[in-house]
Amino acid sequence: MSAIQPMAPPSPASRAMIITLGGVALLSGFLLALTYQLTLPYIEANQRLAVERAVLKIYPQTETRVGFVLGTNGLRPAETAAPGEILVHAAYDKTGELRGLVAEAAAHGYAGVVRLLYGYSPVCQCITGISVLQSTETPGFGDKISTDPDFLANFRALDARLDPEGNALLHPIVTVKHGTKTEAWQVDAISGATITSKAVGRMLNQSTQALLPGVARDLDKIRSKP
Amino acid sequence: MANTPANPPPVTMDTFLEGIWRENPIFVMMLGMCPTLAVSNSVINAIAMGIATALVLVAAAAFASLTRKLIPHQVRLVTYVVVIATFVTVMDYVIHAISLDLYNALGAFIQLIVVNTLILGRVEGHASKRPVLPAVVNAAGVGAGFVLGLFCLGAVRELLGNGTFAGFHIFGPQFQPWLVMMLPPGGFFVLGAWLLLLNWIKARGARRIAEKEVTHGIG
Amino acid sequence: MGSDESLWTIFINAVLVNNFVLSLFLGLCSYLGVSAKYNTALPMGIAVTFVIMVGSLCAYWLNVLLAYFDLEFLRLISYIVVIASAVQLVEMVMKKYAPALFRALGIYLPLIATNCVVLAPPLFQTARGYDLAQSLVFSLGAGCGYILAIVLLAGLRERLHLANVPSVAQGGALTVMLAGILSLAFMGFAGLGG
Repeated sequence: MSAIQPMAPPSPASRAMIITLGGVALLSGFLLALTYQLTLPYIEANQRLAVERAVLKIYPQTETRVGFVLGTNGLRPAETAAPGEILVHAAYDKTGELRGLVAEAAAHGYAGVVRLLYGYSPVCQCITGISVLQSTETPGFGDKISTDPDFLANFRALDARLDPEGNALLHPIVTVKHGTKTEAWQVDAISGATITSKAVGRMLNQSTQALLPGVARDLDKIRSKP
Repeated sequence: MANTPANPPPVTMDTFLEGIWRENPIFVMMLGMCPTLAVSNSVINAIAMGIATALVLVAAAAFASLTRKLIPHQVRLVTYVVVIATFVTVMDYVIHAISLDLYNALGAFIQLIVVNTLILGRVEGHASKRPVLPAVVNAAGVGAGFVLGLFCLGAVRELLGNGTFAGFHIFGPQFQPWLVMMLPPGGFFVLGAWLLLLNWIKARGARRIAEKEVTHGIG
Repeated sequence: MGSDESLWTIFINAVLVNNFVLSLFLGLCSYLGVSAKYNTALPMGIAVTFVIMVGSLCAYWLNVLLAYFDLEFLRLISYIVVIASAVQLVEMVMKKYAPALFRALGIYLPLIATNCVVLAPPLFQTARGYDLAQSLVFSLGAGCGYILAIVLLAGLRERLHLANVPSVAQGGALTVMLAGILSLAFMGFAGLGG
């Protein structure tokens, strides 16, 4: 940057510049496309593995997992997913019976996005467990959502019943201050980690409100393994 | 440090060590600060980030050195930026493929390596003017210095802020972690503390040399 | 599409709660260098904000294009090129139509192109899935947060010129410590805006 600039670049220099830039662009495009193709199977495998582990954590008796998407016309196999459609996994046990549904929920917490999978049981119409997929919350506070036993106990039977019309939750899921939980649809926050706890409540509410009405209508289609 | 093409400086151990101590990117040159503070709240993340940056630095230095006679002067910076961005994207995908947990922990800061002033500065100012071997060895040294700096920060922050070192609990369960160390202010404070310490060591060393010169009467 | 956060939440988050400089550690190199005097800090902040917004706008449309052609892996490299070009364009336009402003900001503009605080908002807005309005508000907030942080630090540093600072602490160490204290103060905003 300290060299003296040439007075007027002659056209061979322009050609050299264009060739250089073009060459670099080509090379870089090639390298990127190659890397993308090579790493894609590994990335997808990792993500699949992470989901499998999380689903097993929520429903340990899961023998097979089948993916569905919720579209405007109800549940369809996951392979036909279009962008923006909600993915829901159905966990079947050894006998092919539906143990529960697992769906993803995410929201902005204190230090970043918190993503988790939650299990929903159509039998009790409640959430039966959560498994945190991604969280960069404060260690010792926000990250306790995956380990604190009292917090996790919230999700053993979190009420997620639908109202009589079946279009929304009867009682929206809401996070309340630590120690003030009185109803089954409330989430007792972790003391000192209110923001993260509130994020968990918010994301569960949003996800169930969006997913459950549609799923409930098509529930009989997926009760046994297709 | 002008070196004529006829007799380039020999590649010595110093070429490598220069980047670690005398021209340490974090403590001396104060470059590459952004990722330094953001991901240094745990030893593993800090080292991973350091290694990722160092790899990109070495690759970019090699490229710049190999092509130094080919690239026209006016497009040098643009070319370097594009090449660095390519290497960083490759690094991003490789980390994603190796470990999903590490990828989630480092987050957007992997992609921000591309605007790490350390890389562009070192490549443009140093590697593009030297033959391949010295350029690469020096880049490796600077990269090692970067990892060392990040490690120093990460070790202190994780130890004081979480009571762990690379995930292993060092202190007993009654240890009250100094939480601020894990949070952004802690990053600034720990860096400041290291800078103070190093300045003090340097000042003490300079004072000793000055005293020796006075007592021995050497001008 | 877009995420579920309200525009106000996004703005407050970017300016105060997750301040780009003091919480996310972005834009530090220029920050520590330019914050020595208040008079240079403010124009720098404004220039940075302007570039962030232009870059963010370009990045949004670029992302739509990339997603359409399924070329997501080119995202980083295309953002960089677009932002650098946007800065060049802004520089040229300013030189022609607002020469006084260009002269006031002129030195800082080229430096901004390689500043991480300019690349980060587009990357974050893509990762969080913000729509156009949210992206613009987010980048405006990022810029305002940067201005706030840099002006505060410049003010503090100017005061300290008159104080008796020990020689070991002068320079980098002191600035970083000051930034740490500011960062600590900003932590008080956690949870603001929901």
